[in-house]
Amino acid sequence: MVTGLTGLAGQPGLAGQPGLAAPSVGVLALQGDVAEHMRALRACGATPTAVRRPEELDRVDGLIIPGGESTTIWKLIDIFGLAEPLRKRIADGMPVFGSCAGLIMLAARLPDPAAGQQTLGGIDMTVRRNAFGRQVDSFERDLDVKGIDGPPYRAVFIRAPWVDEVGPAVEILATDPGTSRIVAVRQGRALATSFHPELTPDWRIHKMFVDMVRDPA
Amino acid sequence: MSIQNAAERSERSGGGAGAVPAGQPQKGTSLVKRGMADMLKGGVIMDVVTPEQAKIAEDAGAVAVMALERVPADIRVQGGVARMSDPDMIDGIIAAVSIPVMAKCRIGHFVEAQVLQAIGVDYIDESEVLTPADEAHHVNKWDFTVPFVCGATNLGEALRRITEGAAMVRSKGEAGTGNVIEATTHMRAIRSQIRKLTTLSPEELYSAAKELQAPYELVAEVAAAGRLPVVLFTAGGLATPADAAMMMQLGADGVFVGSGIFKSGDPAARAAAIVKATTFYDDPDVIAKVSRGLGEPMVGINLDTLAPEQRYAGRGW
Repeated sequence: MVTGLTGLAGQPGLAGQPGLAAPSVGVLALQGDVAEHMRALRACGATPTAVRRPEELDRVDGLIIPGGESTTIWKLIDIFGLAEPLRKRIADGMPVFGSCAGLIMLAARLPDPAAGQQTLGGIDMTVRRNAFGRQVDSFERDLDVKGIDGPPYRAVFIRAPWVDEVGPAVEILATDPGTSRIVAVRQGRALATSFHPELTPDWRIHKMFVDMVRDPA
Repeated sequence: MSIQNAAERSERSGGGAGAVPAGQPQKGTSLVKRGMADMLKGGVIMDVVTPEQAKIAEDAGAVAVMALERVPADIRVQGGVARMSDPDMIDGIIAAVSIPVMAKCRIGHFVEAQVLQAIGVDYIDESEVLTPADEAHHVNKWDFTVPFVCGATNLGEALRRITEGAAMVRSKGEAGTGNVIEATTHMRAIRSQIRKLTTLSPEELYSAAKELQAPYELVAEVAAAGRLPVVLFTAGGLATPADAAMMMQLGADGVFVGSGIFKSGDPAARAAAIVKATTFYDDPDVIAKVSRGLGEPMVGINLDTLAPEQRYAGRGW
């Protein structure tokens, strides 16, 4: 934790430079496990900010869309006028990371949306909601994730979605060994996982994302 | 129990090997059960009795629905023994929505819980709203893959339920009354007792554990963290957007709304308004805006008109 640097958070011009300052990273705080992502961001030397309004989105260098209920999160995004501001920032290259419901929100396509449910896009992928089943089918397992060093990653899947297919610009970071389904992807400055790196104290995936925010090249 | 508890907690902190061979998926761990409740935070869980109501709840932005045959207000009026719902009715609701579906079993009725797990509900509420099936014991929730939520009126009760394996706690309130006073009392009690624990010395924590009738290790964990190791929702008597926002300001992670929605004049509008007020619980302008034009709230009951045996919050041990 680089607490000595957090005082510089949010100052424009500093956050984009590698190694300088603590980047200000928003967590979309409409519903879901916001606090867990904030804890992970702090542990990785970033300054977390709750984002519920368009003007709060303007102030962050990157954004996490947390786990939660994707139908609920979409409705609140829509009602409170966040859809277009979010789509614009993502299209403009703001680093963004979505876990579980967040992965659903970043999908270009949902084959089976709830009535009226849309996504923000950002990653050229088709995502199937609740694909791993109901809560009794939720599980944790060790996973090899491309781009992180060290031992296998303990991944927690909760009523998890999977990625049916990806376009050529998408890098596949992990597949579930049990089903051979895609469960972690990256396209440019957008990162997404079917599982919940925020629920375990292994911060390697959040660190990968904070590095993307620090150096959004 | 405390040994198992400690093992479960170590699983939650990422250590978990357990009986399943390394590299194989593990289901029903504390991490998976408690994590499911984490995903509901900041959300509203709504009581529904038909697939049509479940759709209305989902469309309004509910994070989950509680499938039951009668809402608590009707259980109060109709009386009789209140039991687990018909599996066909629960199946109908599961088929109607994509959000999680919870269902209630009676306190201590472990076979109702086995049935609900077999049906595939996402969470079981071992609930005082139903007629208790055991005068001394709650369900041993560690035996199940499906996670449980349990009610509590104070910290000791919450910690005993967690010791039995509950992966989520809700303050009880007084269900089916449309009166928020007991929800307030229980939420304040739990939060205040947690704050008090954080100020105690180690030797004082031993006697606190004795008074709370809860394991020392769990009491010490709560004292160190300043919060329960599981998600804490509020339930029982919430009827308006302001009720939901007040519970959030008092420290709830989310809210259950039972009779308050489908016993009101315009359930769809009220449900959507409560969802918005729960997200913007600290913004009175938003709460004011969403509180307009909702039609009649459910008719409430003043608690001093209820005899002690008509109070559900006293059920559970």
